[in-house]
Amino acid sequence: MGNKADEKIKKKRKIRTDVSYGRLIYMQFRKHKAAQIGLIVLILLYLIVIFAEFVAPYDPQNRLGVPYLPPQTIHFFDEEGNFHLRPFVYGVKMETDMEIFRRKYVVDTEKKYPLHFFVRGDSYKLWKTFDSNIHLFGVEGEGAVFCPLGTDQLGHDLFSQSIFGGRISLTIGLIGVFIITVIGVLIGGISGFVGGTTDNLIQRTIEVIRSIPMIPLWMGIAAALPANWPQSRIFIAVVMIISLFGWTELARVVRGKFISLREEDFVMAAKVSGSNQFQIILKHMIPNFIGYILVSMTITIPSMILGETALSFLGLGLRPPTISWGVLLQKAQGLQNISFYPWLLIPGLFVVISVISFNIVGDGLRDAFDPYAVTRR
Amino acid sequence: MTFYIIRRILFAILTLFLVSIIAFIIIQLPPGDVTAVRLQVMQASGLYISPEQVEQIRQEFGLDKPLYQQYFIWIGRMFHGDFGESFYYNTDVSEILKERIPNSLMLAFFSIVFIYVISTTAGIFSALKQHSAFDYSIGLVSFFGLSIPNFLFALVLMYVFFKFFGISIGGFYSIEFKNAAWSFAKFADLIRHIWAPVIVIGAVSTAFTIRVMRASMLDELRKPYVQVARSKGVPEAKIIFKYPMRVALNPIISTVGYIVPTVISGEMVIAYVMGLPTLGPALLNGALSQDMYLVGAIVMILSAFTVFGTLVSDLLLLFTDPRIKY
Repeated sequence: MGNKADEKIKKKRKIRTDVSYGRLIYMQFRKHKAAQIGLIVLILLYLIVIFAEFVAPYDPQNRLGVPYLPPQTIHFFDEEGNFHLRPFVYGVKMETDMEIFRRKYVVDTEKKYPLHFFVRGDSYKLWKTFDSNIHLFGVEGEGAVFCPLGTDQLGHDLFSQSIFGGRISLTIGLIGVFIITVIGVLIGGISGFVGGTTDNLIQRTIEVIRSIPMIPLWMGIAAALPANWPQSRIFIAVVMIISLFGWTELARVVRGKFISLREEDFVMAAKVSGSNQFQIILKHMIPNFIGYILVSMTITIPSMILGETALSFLGLGLRPPTISWGVLLQKAQGLQNISFYPWLLIPGLFVVISVISFNIVGDGLRDAFDPYAVTRR
Repeated sequence: MTFYIIRRILFAILTLFLVSIIAFIIIQLPPGDVTAVRLQVMQASGLYISPEQVEQIRQEFGLDKPLYQQYFIWIGRMFHGDFGESFYYNTDVSEILKERIPNSLMLAFFSIVFIYVISTTAGIFSALKQHSAFDYSIGLVSFFGLSIPNFLFALVLMYVFFKFFGISIGGFYSIEFKNAAWSFAKFADLIRHIWAPVIVIGAVSTAFTIRVMRASMLDELRKPYVQVARSKGVPEAKIIFKYPMRVALNPIISTVGYIVPTVISGEMVIAYVMGLPTLGPALLNGALSQDMYLVGAIVMILSAFTVFGTLVSDLLLLFTDPRIKY
């Protein structure tokens, strides 16, 4: 095709040639507003869990002496309608409802505890190195508590627990996706590059794995985890279980890319110019589908998070005293628990927010890495 | 074509064989052999067991033989309907399977019907009214459907219905129908109960299939033959329902391979949350108490369901979509 015809097509499809590929991707991603919001949410979430000790108002294992306290609301106006610039929470009084013999909490409008930034509270060791007792926000005073999401049966602050749970759950997503990517790229690459019987064998294996329902399989393997294993080893085992069979999708993508790129002119050109196999793969092929790998990684993380949450919820994954979102949701089992203490479900909101964010960012990246695509639905 | 069918069936058998090896490995996974847990339980309840008795139990299970022989003993017994014993339920595993498999299949069947009815209607109308408010809201709903953990959805649903309507959703039947013989009233009672787990289990797959249906319908609508039909003055309804829709419905069959495993996976968790007597809670109880024969048997059975489902869908596709090469 002549150069002129090329130009014409480019003009017709509004393809820009005056900016680099990387710049195009960036511009395309900037167009996807939802994906940017998702990205910001994710960055915030990860910042929060990285600095969990500082952001959480309490030590997650600290029993505050107020079991099953409903979420406390922040007030700007007191009972007389006066406006306070510094928001405050009311104190709580524990009473027993004599009719149903159940504990209940009454708001004590006599006591007002203003919210402060950088208050001193439970001492902690940030990243096991820095000693401190300063928390991002909280209330001060004898008997003052501030639990924006309420507390559980033992009086643990659910907000602090959700933050620490996020540290585990979000980390599992990242480690899991790393393992999956290594296995997937390796197996997919071998399958696509070697071809022949090897390829056939790998593809059939992938089909077998994909026809097995995952949750029962995970449950079966998780059943074997000894009860007396230390927390760290259980953590590694759970990551392994949920990554063990998750690489099939990525392997397929990588294989497809390898096969289609193998026939490309530029690969042939590199071969003719005397590049060896290794150089061709590393320099010419991988940069061409790195975007697909990145997209695939982004949309795999949610399934890791959901997998861990489901396993731990069932009591087969992580176990207390380890805190993860799944472990937290275990407290919300049974109609009785959720009808009396519905706030125990709130940690699930963190799961939903992070999963949605990853999915949206994945969508945005998919569009961005295909900047020459003309038809879009 | 006959060759393809035979090859496809052979592949399904091979898959089942590999699955059986995985199930057997799962049974062998816990440290110590199968008798170890059982002995622990017996000793904990104060029963004295002599070394001779231990030996007897080990022989009974063939545990003194090499592993590959144990595998063949296990699979050989399975062909006779003997899946070993469950000490958690204190009965034969086959008894538990007999009782729960029909419930599991029933739940899966209703879920799959729900998934396809909702997703084909929503997907096709979404495509016909592309960029409309309906289209966007369906897109949004399916996005959420893919992002919420199914057990959380179940819990929220249970809470909402209890709090605002005073209904506790869960179980298959009301008490008075539990042991009643089949009748229309019992069936009606079942429908009154089963819709909730069906919606929860179907949510993820419905969201997924809506996307597939919508994309496939949009692809068809853009094809030249639709333009030709339109230019010849064929009524719009006929254009859509007679040609593109029939082609666009192919994903119904081709997505079975994804939907069956997802539905079965979902059922495991949801049945436990909502208290349904399917294979799910049995698997969970087995897994929590390391009752490995029960676990192995259920993993095997569930995989067999999905392998069979995929096989049927592949063969069906052969007849419904003449474009497929084999």
